[in-house]
Amino acid sequence: MTFINYASREINCKIVYYGPGLCGKTTNLQYIYDTTAPTAKGKLISLATETDRTLFFDFMPLELGTVRGFKTRFHLYTVPGQVFYDASRKLILKGVDGVVFVADSQEERMDANIESLYNLEENLSANGYDLLKIPYVLQLNKRDLSNIIPPDEMVAELRRKDEPVHEAVASTGTGVFDTLKSVAKQVLTELRKS
Amino acid sequence: MTDAPIIMHEEQFQQLRHILNKLRLDSFSRVVFLVDKNGQQIAAQGDIGDLDTTSLASLAAGNVAATGGMARLIGEKEFPTLSHEGERESIHICIIGRVLLVVVFDDRSSLGLIKLRVKQASRDLSAVFDEIARLAEQRKGSEESLFAEITDDDIDSLFN
Repeated sequence: MTFINYASREINCKIVYYGPGLCGKTTNLQYIYDTTAPTAKGKLISLATETDRTLFFDFMPLELGTVRGFKTRFHLYTVPGQVFYDASRKLILKGVDGVVFVADSQEERMDANIESLYNLEENLSANGYDLLKIPYVLQLNKRDLSNIIPPDEMVAELRRKDEPVHEAVASTGTGVFDTLKSVAKQVLTELRKS
Repeated sequence: MTDAPIIMHEEQFQQLRHILNKLRLDSFSRVVFLVDKNGQQIAAQGDIGDLDTTSLASLAAGNVAATGGMARLIGEKEFPTLSHEGERESIHICIIGRVLLVVVFDDRSSLGLIKLRVKQASRDLSAVFDEIARLAEQRKGSEESLFAEITDDDIDSLFN
């Protein structure tokens, strides 16, 4: 849910990175955090387990610049990917303005991608959203590994509408900002429509 | 259904700041701020210093969301207030409709006093948020959105 403050001339939007466990959601955020100028970002908060698995969410605020005199702030969140944290995933989607689905390109993770995508649709619906109507991007991550599925096969299985698809290697940053730009553009375009 | 965006205008923003400031003084608290339930900070007053209110806002919303989830599991609608007491600093959170009132205080105040003052401020804050909702409804369709003028170039320029 966008928050528009005319008094301080700010637009605040919420973007959520979704996907199966270990697909690279936190790595996306970490790369954005590491490569953004200190003035444009806040702290990266990670609520993680002792073994560095996301327990509740990761969060970082990012300021992209000014549009028509309004500062645009994006609040980036990840969800915990492990199946049993479903209640937390549902909570984090509340008030979302745009979603990035991070798919793991490894052959053995395809079932997990499909299950997580169904889970995203269900949890969006539980919050009153429709995946077909909200700003949405599909990222095919881990394209540097050897046991990966060709992009067209992944797209055939995972693409839900005409959403932009980006190939990525989040650990080195490939495709990370293209993905963010893609979803942020859709969120701002949606704002224009409303 | 999802909530409509919160659209804040100058007059209501100043009213909120005034209520928060009064609450801070009356309750002898350190910082008082308002956050929407999705974690976005709406307004803050007090001795903020190097306190990271953006992160605090996000975590307060996560905290309320998680305890709200627990409440529903045991058959409650929500837990309307939450308090966390530390050795020196404490936090009190109160749910007011779709927003959270977060008060950070130390041993210059007490939880009892905070709760009393928060209760009084809640009524005033509710009235302002009712007015914000009423204005949003009234202006719906009658006012050309400022953002309708945003061009593709404006959006592209953010990423260059």
